[in-house]
Amino acid sequence: MEDTPRGRKGTIMSQTDVRLDGSAGVRTDREATPGSAGHRRERPPAPQAAQDSYYGRPVLNEPTWQAADIAGYLFLGGLAGASSTLAAAAELTGRPRLARAAKVGALCALGGSLYALIHDLGRPERFGNMLRVFKVTSPMSVGTWILTAYGPQAGCAAAADVSGLFPRLGRAATLGAGLAGPAVATYTAALICDTAVPTWHEGFREMPFLFAGSAVTAAGGLGLLAAPLTEAGPARRAALLGAAVECVAATRMERRLGPLAEPLKRSRLLRVGEALSLVGALAGVTAGSRSRIAAVAAGAALLAGSACTRFGIFRAGMESANDPKHTVQPQRRRLAKAQAEAELT
Amino acid sequence: MAFDLDEKLADGRVGFFTDTSICIGCKACEVACKEWNAVPEDGLAFTGMSYDNTVGLGADTWRHVAFVEQRRPLGHQEPGVGDMDFRWLMASDVCKHCTRAACLDVCPTGSLFRTEFGTVVVQEDVCNGCGYCVPACPFGVIGTRESTGTAAKCTMCYDRLGAGEEPACAKTCPTDSIQFGDLAELRERAERRLEQVRAAGLGSARLYGHDSGDGVGGTGAFFLLLDEPEVYGLPPDPVVTTRDLPSMWRHVGLAALGLLAGVAATAWRTRPAGGRGRS
Repeated sequence: MEDTPRGRKGTIMSQTDVRLDGSAGVRTDREATPGSAGHRRERPPAPQAAQDSYYGRPVLNEPTWQAADIAGYLFLGGLAGASSTLAAAAELTGRPRLARAAKVGALCALGGSLYALIHDLGRPERFGNMLRVFKVTSPMSVGTWILTAYGPQAGCAAAADVSGLFPRLGRAATLGAGLAGPAVATYTAALICDTAVPTWHEGFREMPFLFAGSAVTAAGGLGLLAAPLTEAGPARRAALLGAAVECVAATRMERRLGPLAEPLKRSRLLRVGEALSLVGALAGVTAGSRSRIAAVAAGAALLAGSACTRFGIFRAGMESANDPKHTVQPQRRRLAKAQAEAELT
Repeated sequence: MAFDLDEKLADGRVGFFTDTSICIGCKACEVACKEWNAVPEDGLAFTGMSYDNTVGLGADTWRHVAFVEQRRPLGHQEPGVGDMDFRWLMASDVCKHCTRAACLDVCPTGSLFRTEFGTVVVQEDVCNGCGYCVPACPFGVIGTRESTGTAAKCTMCYDRLGAGEEPACAKTCPTDSIQFGDLAELRERAERRLEQVRAAGLGSARLYGHDSGDGVGGTGAFFLLLDEPEVYGLPPDPVVTTRDLPSMWRHVGLAALGLLAGVAATAWRTRPAGGRGRS
């Protein structure tokens, strides 16, 4: 064992030579063939339960993300992004009070988002390391740069509006944030789908639309809550549109995912979220256009609905990661399908 | 994602071939790994999962020996436990050092990188503990360490490779179940070994991670298994999550445009009386 043989490319090859004779041509221990010797008594085959996991343990490691931080960020980021877009639309169509509410709301949601994102890091003091690189293969990296572009504009838009200083700069920032807002609100779908978590990953076709809808629902809710009735028209319609898109996307996702949709279907949070969004949106366009109190209640329901949806999606993903059958069975089906196709051709 | 990584990595790429048919479950690899890499203790409890005490790979377990007890025959072997067939499968699991590594793709700080040996390593001083690599890994290998807050996993003993030594686990493995070396050479050796094991009566033997056409482009650490991968806690058909990322970005782009158009439409459809209108 004193000399270590080298492989053909100069790298070390492992060899544990416990033989005493060690002569070339003699089979080494690593070529032992277990089960080749012996005389097994013939027995009737024992009934085999299909073994599709290792002691029921998940294949994947559970995401370390905290629900309060990351699901909270999914909600707040969506609220901020869609609110900025709503603010820009309100400003351009002469609704200054709706615009102000949306701008201030976006800035507060952005602040909450940044707090949640940094708080969730294992080493918060190193959050600046996110800016070392730009990687299109990492939605988190792309998102960091989106937030870096969006954040100052959203801040500037709100500060200029509230203070009344630099109106032209404020307008430019409002438009800039309004254009960046949709990216902030939807990239988070790629963020969670670009993982091995089965329900998130396989839901990637609908997730961006679900998140866009949920973000618009939240922004509409905020508008209903904070803007006067005369100006809240876009917020009411946006909430209705958002809630409709959110529900259609969620239904389509549940249908397409088949057995993988089980954690989604079981989620009470998602059902509550859908109900709050739909009820809030309908109440908003009916009673919410006449009564301030109804508008506030509808707005609160919409915000709560959007938050429930995001937490529901987050929890469903965690659940699918923790159950080995959600990892193994779709992969088994994929293999079986590939094999069947190969046999046909 | 688009170019042929396997070809690019081929020269000088090293790896592990873990031949589970000769693993005796001694856990020397677990111990050697912990000792060499100063991996902290992460709890030793009686799990009731055969002789397994480490349960699975994570930030503080870089080699994990799985123990599977089955009422099935192992080749022609007579287990000698009465009227029962019995076999005990053992397998030392490790980071796969994938050709297309999801952890490396999604790392937003560039802390995870591809070494000159073709392995995937975390730079602990760069990692900010965002945890994105943890759900990205289709094998459940990487984790974040409580004590440092950063991600940790097998480095294939990067420091030892640099010094011309083989990794600690391979060095210590008493049966050569863990073999380290040039990956191309190991793959050839594994083919021969598979034939040998099958010819000896273990028809259920198969290679895992050996095919560069699989969803992760083949792995740098591959295995000879005696049963389905999921029996050992391995995914049967792992796919690097970023394979679908181009499509994800397209869907995100569409949704973002839809959001912009939708919000614009809700504001423009009716304007408030006496409003300034569009400037």
